[in-house]
Amino acid sequence: MILASTAFGAVNPWLAAGMIATVAITSTAGEVLTAAAMKSIGDLDEIRAHSGLKGAIRAVLTCPLFFAGVSFLALAFFALLFALNHLNLSLAAPASASLTLVTNAIAAKLFLKENVDRRRWTAALLVCVGVYLLAH
Amino acid sequence: MAHHKLKLSQVAILGLVAISAPLGDSCLARGMRELPAISLAHPLALIAAVFHPWTAAGIALLICFFACYLTALSWADLTYVLPTTAFGYVIIALLGHFWLQEYISPYRWAGILLITLGVGFVAQGPSLTEKEIAEVAVESKS
Repeated sequence: MILASTAFGAVNPWLAAGMIATVAITSTAGEVLTAAAMKSIGDLDEIRAHSGLKGAIRAVLTCPLFFAGVSFLALAFFALLFALNHLNLSLAAPASASLTLVTNAIAAKLFLKENVDRRRWTAALLVCVGVYLLAH
Repeated sequence: MAHHKLKLSQVAILGLVAISAPLGDSCLARGMRELPAISLAHPLALIAAVFHPWTAAGIALLICFFACYLTALSWADLTYVLPTTAFGYVIIALLGHFWLQEYISPYRWAGILLITLGVGFVAQGPSLTEKEIAEVAVESKS
């Protein structure tokens, strides 16, 4: 319990886990929706080459999926601010980042139909553990 | 089968994605630490926190991150771009060690090694799923 209270600050460990899970879930929803939006728009470098920077910005700002993604990312941002206000940075930032990596890999395979092969699963897990170790 | 090798400008975009996110997070954290605890009963205090100088600097860096991140997502998979963002933690830790002479524990070195290995794994593969090419081939046969 002493260890738990040190790691989580003065917050109940379950509440801390809930804060981190909220950041991960809203962040995953936002990133998957944003990625889907950007795939539907196409290569921004090519759009900028043909229609200029204004054309590229217009292409992004006229995509409804983009706004759905940004709404979830805004929720994730405020959830992270709230978590940082209550938890230690060394726990909140890497724990939510590690968890988000794994949930994103799962969501990308399920919803974006990305080819998450053994190489990408291994990378996601290595980075996930690495980010957590980096906080110690 | 087409290979999606990255151009130099695309590698630079991924580099900006990696460095601006952890710098932005650090500024945000410093700003939020300087503010009193915010409770769920007063959620509007979170809006006021946005105007704190450190929080504002963090937001500016995160806007730079977001622009680069959107560009990267337009030509690469989400599962390719995301590990790159984690590489920023490695850059920050190494900067702290070699520039500010901060101590890095064996756990941190292990973390740096694992993240570098993970990013190396992903970077060696294609940046984009060949879905459209496969679908077009199936559609043209049917």
